[in-house]
Amino acid sequence: MFQGLPCRFEVESVRNDGCPNSKQTMQWLIANDDDAARPSTAQQRRRSSAERLWWTRVTNRNSFSVLVVVVASVMVMAANKPRSGSFSRNFGGASSSVPSIPGLKHGPNGTMLLSSGIPDLDKILGGGLALGSLVVVREDPEAPHHMLLLRNFMSQGLVHHQPLIYASPASDPRGFLGTLPSPMVSKDDKSRVHETEQEKGLRIAWQYKKYFGEQSSESHKDGKSEYCNDFDLRKPLERHFFSGKQIDCVSLKESADLGAFHERCSSFLSQANQNNGNITGGRIAIQSLCSPQCEYSNREWEMLSFVRSLKSVVRLSNAVAVVTFSPSLVSTTFSIRLQHLADTLVSVKAIPDEDKELAKLLTGYQDMVGLLSVHKVARFNTQVPAILETTTFSMKLQKRRSLVLECINQAPVDGATGSSYGSSGSCSGSSKTGSFDF
Amino acid sequence: MLLLKSKTLIEKSKPPNYCIINYQRNQRNYHSIRAVMANALPSNLLDESLGGSSGGGRMILVEDCVETSGAFVVHHLLKRALNSHSSDAVVFLSFSHPLSHYDRVLRKMGCNLSVQRDNKRLLFLDMLALDHLDRNRGKTSEDILIALYGEIQKAVEISRSHEARHHITVVIDDVSLMEVDANGSSDLVLDFLRYCCSLTAQFGCSLIALNHGDVYSTVDQPNLLLQLEYLADIVIKIEPLATGLAKDVHGQLTVTNRNLRVDSGKSRSRIHNFQFRIKDNSVEYFYPGSKT
Repeated sequence: MFQGLPCRFEVESVRNDGCPNSKQTMQWLIANDDDAARPSTAQQRRRSSAERLWWTRVTNRNSFSVLVVVVASVMVMAANKPRSGSFSRNFGGASSSVPSIPGLKHGPNGTMLLSSGIPDLDKILGGGLALGSLVVVREDPEAPHHMLLLRNFMSQGLVHHQPLIYASPASDPRGFLGTLPSPMVSKDDKSRVHETEQEKGLRIAWQYKKYFGEQSSESHKDGKSEYCNDFDLRKPLERHFFSGKQIDCVSLKESADLGAFHERCSSFLSQANQNNGNITGGRIAIQSLCSPQCEYSNREWEMLSFVRSLKSVVRLSNAVAVVTFSPSLVSTTFSIRLQHLADTLVSVKAIPDEDKELAKLLTGYQDMVGLLSVHKVARFNTQVPAILETTTFSMKLQKRRSLVLECINQAPVDGATGSSYGSSGSCSGSSKTGSFDF
Repeated sequence: MLLLKSKTLIEKSKPPNYCIINYQRNQRNYHSIRAVMANALPSNLLDESLGGSSGGGRMILVEDCVETSGAFVVHHLLKRALNSHSSDAVVFLSFSHPLSHYDRVLRKMGCNLSVQRDNKRLLFLDMLALDHLDRNRGKTSEDILIALYGEIQKAVEISRSHEARHHITVVIDDVSLMEVDANGSSDLVLDFLRYCCSLTAQFGCSLIALNHGDVYSTVDQPNLLLQLEYLADIVIKIEPLATGLAKDVHGQLTVTNRNLRVDSGKSRSRIHNFQFRIKDNSVEYFYPGSKT
């Protein structure tokens, strides 16, 4: 069908000849569809030879093929780099300097977002973590899943060359930096896409997934530094990410009170703000704020006032602070006050191994590492709350490498056992799994 | 009896005239109501339950919880106080957000805070700013709260001296953060709020305070929340729905209007309960089940 019709390079040759650009030609073609067979006006005769060549080829076909040519040329031109004039897009509204910064992007209501390091969590939170917000993570004392969140958060900051300060109750917090994951290499992405193709069961349904996979791998190839990387938890972060950047590690065990640490955070933030006048987005990661190894841990009001002043300092700067704490180590009042202080509130929970009840209740139980619940999402400059589709997600390690958050799916009820949907299907009704609120 | 019955029969037998008369009367009422409403604020369930105009010194306590934030009530009351028909003034004590946040939120609702601040109708005391915190190094929290009260009283007196200003509203965003700033001494905070309450009696201003109900739920003895509830004339409690999150209904509101003066001299309290849905430019209030 396309024989004799101009192919792509012919369109380009028409353009480079300096004749009226092909878009005008296109418009003219569309407008004068009826005259396709008989070009007769003087205007047309005066056109350049190349264009006439193209034109005569087109007119030999019927109007349908003219339309196809039009569509094909429009697609070709859309795929090419936009020239100035009719096809260029104007980024008039947004400030021109910010889209070039790899680690940040614009969020709703005039906020700026940075990535949490986990692509699924970014999607859940509406794009990422807002600059100036305080993220509080409620730990589960039985499992270190909050470390997974912290590791991804810190690695993402190092990959984007954002200044980072990390505090933990360990004596040597620098050691934790050795466990930070490295971004996934793109070759693995491609092999992942092919594998999912082969794995598919129902051909018809999974074909769409193939196209989605292609799109995402294309976007990975496009930008050298993307907003959010997929992290490979088995590979440690390369040395060159650690050199020369503003990375500070503080041990909370040594300080008698939190005043000195607060001073350090304030100076860190003021340094981060002055960075060449550009916004880079700083990151503060505080692990296990209330751990009993620290001297101040029984002085709850001191910890609260530290978090309050940290929040007010972070709010006026371009940084995100992530604080994790374990509610079992402090009083309920303190825990609720801290949760009120948080702009974004997330909690992680461990899943017991080999729990038959849960295995019957949920699909994919074997792969699940833990549960992540989102209780609050930061809303600056607006009073409308963010209502999520679900608040609880399962944390899975895909191929033991990358952290993936998925919605929890109930396992299909087995008809053979004879239990009805009402008795075994409800998540909240069962008394044994009462501790899990989905 | 028979006469009455025949009267009713006669009335029933003349439906058209009766209806026309009624319709004309209703139309007249409707137009008069419209004329009145053109000068008054558009009213919704929350305004009705608060008892009409904000005349007289009243204390309104807003309680919320982690799942559902009550900030929208504070925004609504702030907008009501700053509406252009009256020339009331507002003193805003903010512990949780800077002015830019409130400015953007209220601008979507149709109220420009920066203009009001320039017109001296709004005094914004930003407690998040660093200089307030630095003062904490040298002074005790008691001194800071005393100084803060001094500022508020001065502002109220200055506003009162203007003839046009009839009514001043003091808004405190987040009493629990004031407690944190006072390093946990809720007695100081209670004293501060009692002094602010005395302003309502003395100068006839209103006091609006936001606090978190679930913080105090585990404490049994008389705590700050119970004291505030006792002091307050109106208590607005914001809770999530018992069944969980929903996109159409964001939660439920309970307004308890205490100390209502009834004609017989006794005081009563009225409780209103309805649900709400928060949008950018307004909040919809409706009775449960009547959401269209």
